[in-house]
Amino acid sequence: MTTVAPPVIDIAAAELPPRNPTGAHLDAQRVSAWFGTNKVLDRVSLSMPPGVVTALIGPSGCGKSTFLRILNRMHESVPSAKLAGEVRLNGEDIYAPGAHITRTRKRIGMVFQKPNPFPAMSIAENVVAGLKLTGTRIGHAERDALIEDCLQRGGLWAEVKDRLSAPGGSLSGGQQQRLCIARSLAVNPDVLLMDEPCSALDPTSTRRIEETIAILRDQVTIVIVTHNMQQAARVSQQCAFFLAELGTPGQIVEVGSTKDMFERPIDQRTSDYVNGRFG
Amino acid sequence: MTATLEQPPAPPFEPDDVPRELGTKRDVPDLAFRGIARTVGAVVLVVTGAIGIFLGYQMIPTLREYGVHFFTQNQWVPEQNLLGIKEVLLGTVEVALIALMFSFPLALLTALYISEYAPSWLRGWLVAAVDLMAAIPSIIYGLWGLLLIAPHALFVARFLNEYLGWIPIFAVHGGNPRAATFAETRYGSSAFIAGMVVSMMVIPMGCAVMRGVFAQAPMGEREAALALGSTRWGVIRSVVIPFGRGGIIGGTMLALGRALGETVAVYLIVSPDFDVKFRPLEIGTITTASLIANFFGDATKVQLSALLAAGFVLFVMTLVVNTFAAIIVNRSRSGAMTEI
Repeated sequence: MTTVAPPVIDIAAAELPPRNPTGAHLDAQRVSAWFGTNKVLDRVSLSMPPGVVTALIGPSGCGKSTFLRILNRMHESVPSAKLAGEVRLNGEDIYAPGAHITRTRKRIGMVFQKPNPFPAMSIAENVVAGLKLTGTRIGHAERDALIEDCLQRGGLWAEVKDRLSAPGGSLSGGQQQRLCIARSLAVNPDVLLMDEPCSALDPTSTRRIEETIAILRDQVTIVIVTHNMQQAARVSQQCAFFLAELGTPGQIVEVGSTKDMFERPIDQRTSDYVNGRFG
Repeated sequence: MTATLEQPPAPPFEPDDVPRELGTKRDVPDLAFRGIARTVGAVVLVVTGAIGIFLGYQMIPTLREYGVHFFTQNQWVPEQNLLGIKEVLLGTVEVALIALMFSFPLALLTALYISEYAPSWLRGWLVAAVDLMAAIPSIIYGLWGLLLIAPHALFVARFLNEYLGWIPIFAVHGGNPRAATFAETRYGSSAFIAGMVVSMMVIPMGCAVMRGVFAQAPMGEREAALALGSTRWGVIRSVVIPFGRGGIIGGTMLALGRALGETVAVYLIVSPDFDVKFRPLEIGTITTASLIANFFGDATKVQLSALLAAGFVLFVMTLVVNTFAAIIVNRSRSGAMTEI
């Protein structure tokens, strides 16, 4: 099998106006993954700089969700899962022998495909659930301020400010997803991973979440998996195209600025995919 | 909205638009199997109902002979034909509650370990081992309790009595824990020891229900907690236990139902005593099932009815407890898919 190393482009330096993003730099190097003996990712390298929304696109089964779950050590919660390579968070390997799995996950938050608020907790309790789970103590006034701040940033505050004690499960799907985003933000992560966050939502809710992503971009490094080409074009600045050709594990075919990927793809397969000719 | 409320209700169906009868011609195998399944189901109901009726019918001669005293007095002296089940019922509940006190934490922690912490290769073995506990005959538990547990439990009982004896339920009349010679007999054959042994027999039931419910705790919520940086304990506290609450309560009540009826082990361990007392560490108590096992051999006809009437009371108690367990498990979010 031949592996073509994807060209590395420094998006942050090349295209974007100078800003001062506060997220962390996430850097995956030669990441492979297996389920049992079935290899699903083959030596994938990808740099995800702060201030940039990175979209992972590709057809189903190409390994992009697996790759995303490797980025915050959720992959290993599947019993037969294995992996190789390194994931560096601001230069430190999150899989290093001395690394702390719970601290890593706290720094690299995740929003899932299906909204998953804790149904037994109220909206407010859901927002600060991460603090409780990680044993972080916080004063009353501070807690209220944090709840408001996170719900603001998640774009949900206006809709729920009068019913913070209602159960999290009483919200609509789109609201639940924004609640999950707010909950992820409350532990103050450096990176936010999103696994098809809008695939279960209606267009209006999708738009709200995309707006939220645009606002959060400078605060946390965002990596988003999406099946929706238009969404990738709208929300991301960098794009990585994953593909698993018949019988082979997933690889990155092409990575580059979203503009280039959609307008001037280098690889024919990228061109076919972004133009809807397969996938 | 108000306009629609004020309108007279429309007739349910217009004459040219009525729901039609839906019929189908059934296939022979389907008919045959349905017939068999129905018959077997009916037999089970009839047998259970018949047992209930048979036991309930014994209430008539019992009440005719002993009147309301059957429930309100605590002596059981067949020679004087003086029978009452007050202490019997209390003792039954006492032993069952002591059994729960031991079995509840053990069953809960075992279920949590199996579903949350055990590596997958160990899980199957543990499940089999716990299920095997249910398969051990109760006479074995009885002997195990009598010969192995009781001699050691004596010292636990004395310890509790020594340091907590000022609380009435830890008192032991006639037993001085600090005496030069240990009055062993005052601490043995007690409700405490019987409950300890019964607890071993009911762990598998509670554990099986709890484990089933914990395994259904939604993956999405578990992952949400993990992705926030939670420990496994955090997942248990925030996802598994809130989700499994119905199963925990239901499984415990199911175990209670089983503990109420345990016979042989209790029969072997306790020394029959009909005094109404709440001193589980002290020698002697009686439960409904062990009462029947103890006395049915020498009973006259009407005394036999009285024993069976006591059995009827136990039957009703167990039925009520199990029904509540089923209701709680089925009503909770967690139990929607669980069979108990």
